[in-house]
Amino acid sequence: MHGYANPARFLKFARPATGWFLGLGLLLLAAGIAGGLFVTPPDYLQGETVRILYIHVPAAWLGMAGWAGIAFASLAQIVWRHPLSAVAGRAVAPAGAAFAAICLATGSIWGRPTWGTWWEWDGRLTSMLILFFLYLGYIALASAERERGGDGRMAALFGLVGAINLPIIHYSVLWWRTLHQGQSISITSGSTIAPELLWPLPLTLAGFSLLFGAAVLMRMRADLALTKVEARLRRSSGQ
Amino acid sequence: MNPWQFVIAAYAVCLGGTALLLLWAWQSMRSAEAQADSLKRRP
Repeated sequence: MHGYANPARFLKFARPATGWFLGLGLLLLAAGIAGGLFVTPPDYLQGETVRILYIHVPAAWLGMAGWAGIAFASLAQIVWRHPLSAVAGRAVAPAGAAFAAICLATGSIWGRPTWGTWWEWDGRLTSMLILFFLYLGYIALASAERERGGDGRMAALFGLVGAINLPIIHYSVLWWRTLHQGQSISITSGSTIAPELLWPLPLTLAGFSLLFGAAVLMRMRADLALTKVEARLRRSSGQ
Repeated sequence: MNPWQFVIAAYAVCLGGTALLLLWAWQSMRSAEAQADSLKRRP
């Protein structure tokens, strides 16, 4: 991690990686979506609407993983003063917010035919909505700090405190048994989803994750280039 | 209720949102890097 503390070294990795992430992500996503829409059978209970799972689950995972990334970048900034951590946090936030919003929207669209309602103040739905608002708060705070020339410490603290919401989202289906179903896939106990329905999910999960990575790399490159422009303009105006 | 209408709507929201995010990130990167390059070339 400290090897990439130097922006020049980071850019040496990020420039080729952006294209690879984009290309491979689109390829995996296309395969997963084709499989999920046209190859897998309908579910015996949910029917065709089960196909929303292949996009809803990756969006939920990336919405949460995005904040975990912000929390890690915040820790790296506060503890190790890693020079790229504030840049990384600012780059992850819009992508995480977008996927949290996609998770809420696709979940709502799935809920209408399955539960008979677009929205319910259920533990999982509400905690996910809070995550989306946390992202908006982080984006506002981080960009305000950047404009004022701050070191991003306030945003980093906000990023760490906001991570409290992650276990709440994860365990919400156990703590408040209301509408959202319990966990169907677990690292320790495997999956309760039939294998013939499950196989496109790892493809869309990997595809969306790579596209998320590409968006983060592109935003980091934009942030670093803008910092360079601002520094040069400051130097030339000072001469 | 035709379930495919909901499936298509969900995929449209998801893929449209992802495409917008990527286009915005790409466009902001291109414009920032072009700005940095033009300043570097300036004497």
